[in-house]
Amino acid sequence: MSGAWHGLFRTVRRVMHAPLGALGLFLVVFVLISAIGADWWSTHEPNQINVRAAFASPSLEHFLGTDQLGRDIFSRVLVGGQIALKVSLISIGVALLIGLTLGLIAGFGPRWIDNILMVLFDSVRSFPTVMFALAVVTLFGPSLETIMIIVIVTQIPIYGRMVRSQTLALKNSEFILTEQAIGAGFFRIIFLHMLPNVIGPLLILASMDIPFVITIEAGLSFLGMGVRPPTPSWGTILNDGYSYIYNSPWPVIAGGIPVVLTTLGFTFLGESLRDVFDPKLRKDA
Amino acid sequence: MDPLSCARPTENILNSLLKLTDVRVRFRTLSTARAVLNGVSDPFVDAVNGVSLEIKEGETYGLIGESGSGKTTLARSIIGLLKPQEGSIRYDGDELIGLSTLEMRKIRRTIGAMFQDPVGSLSPRMSIYSLLAEPFKIHNQKDCDFESEVRRLLEMVGLSYDFASRYPHQLSGGQARRIGVARALALNPRLIIADEPTAGLDVSVQGEILNLLNKLQHQIGLSILIITHNLNIVRHITDRMGIMYFGRIIEQGPTKAIFDSPVHPYTLALLSANPEPDPDAKIDRIELQGEVPSLLNRPQGCEFHPRCPFVGNSCDAKFPFSKNVTKDHSYCCHYPRNLDC
Amino acid sequence: MATKNILEITNLNVAFVTERGTLKALRDVDLTIPNGAIVGVVGESGCGKSTLINSIIGLLANNAQITSGEMIFEGSDLLSKSERELRAIRGQRISMVSQDPMTALNPILSIGTQMIDIQYRNASSKDEKRARSINMLSRVGIPDPEMRFNDYPHQFSGGMRQRIAIAMALQVEPTLLIADEPTTALDATLEVQIIRRLNDLQQNMGCSILFVSHHLGVIAELCDYVVVMYGGEVVEQGSVRDIFHRASHPYTQKLLECDPASIAQATHSLPTIPGEVPNLDALPSGCIFFDRCDHGFDSCQRSQPKIEQIEAGHWIRCPVRAQQKTF
Repeated sequence: MSGAWHGLFRTVRRVMHAPLGALGLFLVVFVLISAIGADWWSTHEPNQINVRAAFASPSLEHFLGTDQLGRDIFSRVLVGGQIALKVSLISIGVALLIGLTLGLIAGFGPRWIDNILMVLFDSVRSFPTVMFALAVVTLFGPSLETIMIIVIVTQIPIYGRMVRSQTLALKNSEFILTEQAIGAGFFRIIFLHMLPNVIGPLLILASMDIPFVITIEAGLSFLGMGVRPPTPSWGTILNDGYSYIYNSPWPVIAGGIPVVLTTLGFTFLGESLRDVFDPKLRKDA
Repeated sequence: MDPLSCARPTENILNSLLKLTDVRVRFRTLSTARAVLNGVSDPFVDAVNGVSLEIKEGETYGLIGESGSGKTTLARSIIGLLKPQEGSIRYDGDELIGLSTLEMRKIRRTIGAMFQDPVGSLSPRMSIYSLLAEPFKIHNQKDCDFESEVRRLLEMVGLSYDFASRYPHQLSGGQARRIGVARALALNPRLIIADEPTAGLDVSVQGEILNLLNKLQHQIGLSILIITHNLNIVRHITDRMGIMYFGRIIEQGPTKAIFDSPVHPYTLALLSANPEPDPDAKIDRIELQGEVPSLLNRPQGCEFHPRCPFVGNSCDAKFPFSKNVTKDHSYCCHYPRNLDC
Repeated sequence: MATKNILEITNLNVAFVTERGTLKALRDVDLTIPNGAIVGVVGESGCGKSTLINSIIGLLANNAQITSGEMIFEGSDLLSKSERELRAIRGQRISMVSQDPMTALNPILSIGTQMIDIQYRNASSKDEKRARSINMLSRVGIPDPEMRFNDYPHQFSGGMRQRIAIAMALQVEPTLLIADEPTTALDATLEVQIIRRLNDLQQNMGCSILFVSHHLGVIAELCDYVVVMYGGEVVEQGSVRDIFHRASHPYTQKLLECDPASIAQATHSLPTIPGEVPNLDALPSGCIFFDRCDHGFDSCQRSQPKIEQIEAGHWIRCPVRAQQKTF
């Protein structure tokens, strides 16, 4: 296991070498810390209404001002971040696990399993995402869980396909043949030998999907199909801010900036990881 | 203690360990539907076309062949990675073709395999320790002390225990090859199949691996099947050899006999194709024209006849089935050479 | 101006700057290729052959540093040329054949298109280029080149592809052809065919060849001069007979001994050179071969040995042996 830690440190160091990578890593860590400690960093109760202080500009009391109901935007943004990360990390995480397993089985297993899974994947992928989202929301009502289901179902085929093609590429490599010759069974081969070698690109893809999911959540919540008020989500903050933009620009700014920063952070980090991991992109001998 | 470290059986009562009879491995070229549509009656190619050979206990057998000869396909069939359509592969008396996966796994304990690429044969993200302990884990030797087994294996191939914490990409070709040998020997096999064991190795370390295999063979009475196109090493380390061309063994016999007086024209060409490390050497070289034809265009009769410098009349009519020079030495040719000795 | 030597490399030192430290990949390398000669470079893993080739064609990695040296090609120093000037030379005056023909062949273009394209610097008509291409293909031994002119690389076997790669390299009529292990991936019977073709073509076209290989037999058969490299240094060089009949450096002698082809009597105990090439970032203070040499003295460890001449045209980097020979 020490090998894994050593590898991790070396990767972090390499990412820090590239300026954008370092920036991305910093932003991601910043967002994570703010979200995880939202309850500590918050200055006010996020849902506490105080109509007399509505539309206040940023001040020492309210770092980012207040919204139309006098609620502290800073605290709402922090809690909203918690929600955004919860939704994205859980749904991407689950989609990753399922997609990884199915992709490995499709790539390495018997042909008929591969055919069935491919038909399944392609069917799901060809379904228009927006319509699917609307259908699910209509069926189950808008909520965080609904968003997560939508994301999971749409992402599994994407991850599954990617893992499958990587697995297919490795299927006939000498070390897999050697493992078979030694007598290793199907599951040992896919989990111990295939998985570590295919998971790299998948993790990078997934890390770049996180901002994508956050924006989906924000978008759906903005449209009223996601989180229900009064729960603060970046999308609802934006929605409220948009409605009252002539009264005060701060809610919109405060709601938009975290989304931008998170997206940039994960994107830079993901790209930097990809550069670090791809030996062909390395310009050194 | 290792029960197989007892003395080798004496020469004249060597038992047969591996016996192949008329093994045929076919690959499908077209799906049945396409074949019917295109009017192709037999949408298969025969990569291995009726091979018979026998390896005795404690013997080293060299299977020589160039690209396209089917030697790798044959090796994979013996280990069970491919299934022959016809023929029989008997290992220690038991028929291997048709065994279930579970039964095959039991057999795999006693056959060790080494593939061509020394570093590429090792799972890149596993430490050497894990790689060496793995055969024991797979075959449920749970009461084993893994660490002492790993030590034993590393010592057996002449590497220090430091190597246990390294990863495959940190090894040189020679070191990786030794780990491959160690893995193949982990569960005390009786047969080792080595596909191009010296490929990718420098000349100065080739000898190490071959000497190691030799030493181990003497110590534990191993049989070794070496598959290669390198005739130079075959001369030194094999007892018997078989030469494959286009899916068949066209000459087979004791190594010394074949090197001293080769019979089949292809053997002659192969032996003369070795450039000597001596600028003044005068070689009577038999240079073959053209290349091995594609498996899809099987020549009629003897498959070698389009390139054979000694081709005769009956060569394109029917395939010359096996004839014997001596009890051990056989060949497949209508116009064999060097037979008058 | 007819120079005697097509390429003269003197005192070449190349190092790579990496995370692990500075790897001194080439040290004090001197190499001369006379006009119209075939010079072989023999060496095992880590000897610096690839770095040498990349230095000549100017395609070293970004973290490489050429700390000293000169490479006089056709009268001018390659190391002082700009990238644009090097591009004019590469593929025109100096061309290359690699181990894997697919590094030269584009899988999505027919070989005919590629053979014609490579003559882009030539001002003649397309028909003339086509005719020359077909001629070259038949000279390398491709059967029915007219019919196969529009075929794609994947439709040819490995041996054929290598021949096409050689044809492409020679099509531009270079003055220097660099062949980097061109026959290593081929079977013995194919190897001898390619070697014979190369020999014939070289004699007809008069170009010089730098032939890099670890296969001693091929070097002996093909080359006029041989350079033996070990761990980034040239340890012995001379005519092919000097090397194979009168090898003087302990490494060369050992290397020749280890070649199974040279061992007359079948044996179960093949000779080897125990140990390994030292790490390029942690070089020993004296002779680089010392810890694997059977004939070392204390003096060998103390200082870096210089390359010395022991007979006309035959040089070795071993002061002990050099002294013995010149007695």
